[in-house]
Amino acid sequence: MLPNAYPARFIGLSRTVVVWLAILTVVALAVALPWALWLSPPDYQQKDTIRIMYVHVPSAWIGLMAYVLMAACALVSLIWKKPLADYLARAIAPIGAVFTLLCLVTGSLWGRPMWGTWWEWDARMTSMLVLLFLYLGYMALSNAFDDFTRGTRAAALLCVVGVINIPVIKFSVEWWNTLHQTTTVFKKQGPSMAPEQLTALLLMALAFHLLFALLVLVRTETEATNARLRSLGALGTD
Amino acid sequence: MGLFLSVLGRDLRLALRQSSDSLIVVGFFVVTVVLFPFGVGPEVSVLERISAGVLWVTALLASMLSLDRIFQQDYEDGSLDLLTRAPAPLTGIVLAKILAHWLTTALPLVVAAPVLAVLLQMSPEGFSALVAALLLGTPTLSLIGAVGAALVLGARRGGVLVSLLILPLYVPVLIFGVSAVDGAASGFAVASQFQIMGAILLVSLVVCPLAAAMALRQALE
Repeated sequence: MLPNAYPARFIGLSRTVVVWLAILTVVALAVALPWALWLSPPDYQQKDTIRIMYVHVPSAWIGLMAYVLMAACALVSLIWKKPLADYLARAIAPIGAVFTLLCLVTGSLWGRPMWGTWWEWDARMTSMLVLLFLYLGYMALSNAFDDFTRGTRAAALLCVVGVINIPVIKFSVEWWNTLHQTTTVFKKQGPSMAPEQLTALLLMALAFHLLFALLVLVRTETEATNARLRSLGALGTD
Repeated sequence: MGLFLSVLGRDLRLALRQSSDSLIVVGFFVVTVVLFPFGVGPEVSVLERISAGVLWVTALLASMLSLDRIFQQDYEDGSLDLLTRAPAPLTGIVLAKILAHWLTTALPLVVAAPVLAVLLQMSPEGFSALVAALLLGTPTLSLIGAVGAALVLGARRGGVLVSLLILPLYVPVLIFGVSAVDGAASGFAVASQFQIMGAILLVSLVVCPLAAAMALRQALE
């Protein structure tokens, strides 16, 4: 570990940001959750099950975005060997994995009343499942070495290889089987959703992204502190 | 080029002198495939339906089991250190080792596959597609696998870990491989599957040796 591996400026900045971010997240959740789960009108076809979608879709967005972010950090870590990028990537991994899992679980809960099955080998679900495995592989590899830097760098390389693979996996799985709802928000003609539903969805998406950023910052600080303790020899065998 | 050939020759000689290693991989392939009729029952229609998938998944597992052969031994006895210091690009050396791995483990699987296809009642139209798809798909498996094998050098429980790392990356090859064989067995045109598998192979041929070489340098740092 390099002597200047502790990103003091970033941590100092992040401590201030975290406070404001925490307040914002609480406010956003306090507005978005009641709005999406109680106040917004039920769908004329899906009734109240539409509310699952307000958790499901933002989780899916974050699950995907987190992997791309992680890969960007991994690339920075491989090229410039910045310890901060290592901490960020390691901080993002479990959070991204949890959001991906949340997406799968809520999708399954929604699928039971709508498609009549807990699990369907549909293209989008399957690629999210593969994404979850990629996260698990990253976390397993980054913790498989006695040497912290070796584990993180190996996992970074895996992450970059994985991000090259994701489009191929997505394409192949789609080719294999498709049943899922098509995209309704990001379309050329504009979103094909009722405005009330779209508002609820976007509010939830905003709240979830804030939550994600908050968790990442807190975890990054933890990773950095852990690394500092490790270099001082305070964390046992590491 | 000379170094490429000598590394390839060395790995092939090593594999031939411990030829039981290659045979064990083929043995695993055969025994696992033979287990399936016990598991799903001996009905011809069921076996015929699942034959392509069973053969592909089992071949994929068999080639994964032998991945530690690519780098592990050289890592332990130190010859990998010397190879990385050789006056040639490490990428080429890695490619030679991957080629040696493919020749000694995947090629025997390709030879054994049609025999097992007979046991699984696959319709004869699928045989040539099975061999062709395996010939086109297994090099990709070896290439991706080499990255995984290089990443886990020195890790705790590397053998189990490598499966978690690379099996998700095998999904596209599996999908198109099975689809090519299934399509050919039921008499459809399968040119597009082969083209996509060829494309995946070409991309892996560029990316994987580079990534594996980087992983090796990390492992030896």
